[in-house]
Amino acid sequence: MSLGNIFDIAGSGMNAQSIRLNTTASNIANAESVSSSMDETYRARKPFFAVMHNEFLNVNKENEFHAKGENIGAGVEVKGIVESDAPLQPRFQPDHPLANEDGYVYYPNVNVVEEMTDMMSSSRSYQMNVEVLKTAKQMLQRTLMLGE
Amino acid sequence: MGSINFNNALGVHPDAMLLRGKRAEILANNLANSDTPGFKARDMNFQAQLAKETQAGMEMTSTNSAHMSGGANQSNGLLFRNPSQPSIDGNTVDTQLEQTIFSRNAMDYNSSFEFLSGKFKGLKSAIRGE
Repeated sequence: MSLGNIFDIAGSGMNAQSIRLNTTASNIANAESVSSSMDETYRARKPFFAVMHNEFLNVNKENEFHAKGENIGAGVEVKGIVESDAPLQPRFQPDHPLANEDGYVYYPNVNVVEEMTDMMSSSRSYQMNVEVLKTAKQMLQRTLMLGE
Repeated sequence: MGSINFNNALGVHPDAMLLRGKRAEILANNLANSDTPGFKARDMNFQAQLAKETQAGMEMTSTNSAHMSGGANQSNGLLFRNPSQPSIDGNTVDTQLEQTIFSRNAMDYNSSFEFLSGKFKGLKSAIRGE
């Protein structure tokens, strides 16, 4: 039932976007988390997305549409979360309790402007998946009324 | 002649509805992957696909068990969307375009549904003879 698959697809999209929103929240919350060494400093985290495949699931005759050759994919999955390689910001603050012997503290490489736009983007994408879900639900509900 | 046969009575609409459902799935997958790097948007040629579904018996006749099966039903009809402006990460999903096509497809699904529902209503009143 292909309309039923839409629920899984839109659900995976919502899940991926909420993970993205989660990393954004974490990045913004830690934008000012300083530390005295480069290794310990927080780095901006970004999820990366990939197409989810379902070739092993739909091999029955009913779904030959997918089984034959390439399939269309079954939504989106978060492959992992990577830390940004952008340079950290050392600042000369000798009065800071975490300053190292040279008087520097390290600030994370979080770009707050970038994070805010990312937040808006993921929020919109989430809403879009919700709309898709709503439409699919309406389509399925109408189908149940067939012949009435 | 004249006997009520479901295939004749319902016409193209059940196939159309099924295909609209499949197309909705493809478009939903495009929308879910609107932020996936390297993802290429897919779609189907609805008319060609519907013609193929409704034309049963397009397969070649095999008169010997050694014959290979051939015929029109080989490809799954999935095509790639021609991107108007692909993004730099290789993603070709145009969210606005996909969204309009998705809602258009949902509307078409509903109209197919109305036609089919009307057919059933007609059959029902024919059976009742009221």
